[in-house]
Amino acid sequence: MAQTRTIKVEALTRVEGEGGLHVRLNGNAIEEVQLSIYEPPRFFEGFLRGRPLEEVPDITARICGICPVAYQMSAVHALELALGVSISPEIRRLRRLLYCGEWIESHGLHMHLLQAPDFFNVASGIELAARFPHEVTRGLKLKKQGNELLEVLGGRAIHPINVAVGGFYRAPQKDEMQKLIPAFEWGLQAAIDATRWVAGFEFPDFERHYEMISVCHPDEYPMNEGRIVSTSGLSIDVSEYEETFAEHHVAHSTALHSLRTSDQSSYHVGPLARVNLNREKLCETSRRVADEVGFITPCFNPFKAIIARGLEVIHAFDEALTILRDYKPFKPSRIPYEHRAGEGCAATEAPRGLIYHRYQVDDQGKVVLAKIVPPTSQNQRQIELDLVDWLPRVLCDDDQRTADECERLIRSYDPCISCSTHFLKLTVDRGGSSDGEPR
Amino acid sequence: MTDPTSLQITSAAENTAVAVRPRPRLAVFKFASCDGCQLSLLDCEDELLAVASAVEIAYFPEASSRMEPGPYDVALVEGSITTPHDAQRIQDVRRIARTVVTIGACATAGGIQSLKNWANHEDYLRCVYASPEYISTLATSTPIADHIKVDFELRGCPISRHQLLEVIGALVNDRRPRLPAHSVCLDCKRKGTVCVEVAQGIPCLGPVTHSGCGAICPSYDRGCYGCFGPVAQSNCHSLTNQFLDSGNAAETLLPLLRNFNASAPEFREASNRVAEISIERNGASHR
Repeated sequence: MAQTRTIKVEALTRVEGEGGLHVRLNGNAIEEVQLSIYEPPRFFEGFLRGRPLEEVPDITARICGICPVAYQMSAVHALELALGVSISPEIRRLRRLLYCGEWIESHGLHMHLLQAPDFFNVASGIELAARFPHEVTRGLKLKKQGNELLEVLGGRAIHPINVAVGGFYRAPQKDEMQKLIPAFEWGLQAAIDATRWVAGFEFPDFERHYEMISVCHPDEYPMNEGRIVSTSGLSIDVSEYEETFAEHHVAHSTALHSLRTSDQSSYHVGPLARVNLNREKLCETSRRVADEVGFITPCFNPFKAIIARGLEVIHAFDEALTILRDYKPFKPSRIPYEHRAGEGCAATEAPRGLIYHRYQVDDQGKVVLAKIVPPTSQNQRQIELDLVDWLPRVLCDDDQRTADECERLIRSYDPCISCSTHFLKLTVDRGGSSDGEPR
Repeated sequence: MTDPTSLQITSAAENTAVAVRPRPRLAVFKFASCDGCQLSLLDCEDELLAVASAVEIAYFPEASSRMEPGPYDVALVEGSITTPHDAQRIQDVRRIARTVVTIGACATAGGIQSLKNWANHEDYLRCVYASPEYISTLATSTPIADHIKVDFELRGCPISRHQLLEVIGALVNDRRPRLPAHSVCLDCKRKGTVCVEVAQGIPCLGPVTHSGCGAICPSYDRGCYGCFGPVAQSNCHSLTNQFLDSGNAAETLLPLLRNFNASAPEFREASNRVAEISIERNGASHR
């Protein structure tokens, strides 16, 4: 009789927020894989109700300290739709610039301090620095450039204060922006070198069949607007998001699982999905590096998301440089508006993937309803299904090694657990104690 | 942007780099929070490797898979207590840490999630989760100091990484951290920022808010919204009277006082008073 075996990862590491993994096996047959998120719920959608809509970018930023800009951008676009506000091209460019800062900071962190250690069997970026001092120091400096941009344009890197419904509280002065240019010129070259470095890592031969989903814009690499498209031919307007995807509440997680409504299937969002669906819109330098390192798209190997992040960092530096060089202060920095009852939704591209917000507001400027779907709750089910495929390759008698290999795959998604609870802990059930303890 | 503490930071960073005693063991714990305050440590890009050589990072799951058991010399605690499990876990942290430093508005004041302290918890659960029975949470969000003895509190939403480096440097060198104790208002005067309250009539919490952010908001043409919590001896009563007398409606002041440090006692008292005034004036009920 086959024995039941449970493998548990109590606390996933080098991910943002708290969660675990619970795997139940019967002999070598996988009975259950649960990515459990035990991050305490914080009820943002609850306490946004009744708040002045002007506070929404400040409050939703606090969902996640790593990608506050993604929350701010999605919120302001959705609210502007509700209010009938059209922003100026200047504001639009500055919002892309702000997103470039966040992509550089977040991708820089994940590439160098969170995911890269997995390829060298070390526990942290700090340990990796003993072996690759130049590369890790370069990575930290890249990340710092992203933060410095956020500080100039956003006021500070974590929870920027300059994002307003309608635009920015204040447009930066020309000299504040000009000062960033030399460091960004260094950053562009350093991002190219960092991408070449990560592309040289040894990747597991692991290809999955995903439906990959991202925002797609006719003229530019997706950040703030566009249709929602997939590698299976889906193309919808953002207003059709909730008909196409629905969140489900499962017992083992304080994060909601998002699935396709048509067939309850899972899907994959993030940098790999974006590059697969928008490669030709990356800047010329980024495309050239993709060709040079032999990055073939579509790519369905989740571990290679680190290369996609590198290509996006190159793009972000390149686009940021263009915006910085052309920048002239402008007025108004904020488009005025009148309060009116309405509803609006928006999808933007957080570093970790598509993020969707919808708000209803009343004629007094108060929030009536808020709905927020972060990238990790969309990827959560996909990660579990990936593990079902991955486990037979890495399953060995040593539970710790098995668990480490599972964590490696989870980490390639750069899951943000703080975000998804609006994630993680690995438990492997082996013999005897048959029922795992879902938390 | 000039940070008023930048000079101290340099010395703290130098101190940490030359520490010769056995390296203190550092642990980072997370409760209900956004991760932003512990990210501040990873955001010390220029100092991170020096910090890692001055202290032994024994437990920091966000940064390292190596999780050494306690005891620890210093525990940095981020987040507030919102679940029965966390109320127990924080007791365990206290038992294995010599010095507990709480970092950020969630840990020091309950955070934005403490807004539920004023609301019907069941309504919130139903608003976010289809199956509330899967969720185990407390009806309140409370600061760490409500549960255990805290040795040092570092304010902010988020904290200042410069202040964090100063605290780590001080603890490594066995001295008290040197942190400013004045208000944001004074920082504006030092920076030469034109007062947004006086010049534009924008309600600004600068006079009652603890220094630390670098007085960013007024330099971006908006009022301070109190991220660093109340400064010592803050006179919220007088400031809110001033705002009311200059024509601001109580209901517009209420959300200003009741956000990221809503449950800090001085702000809580001020917002409750403003809520009462609002009810008196309008007969309407406000949260």
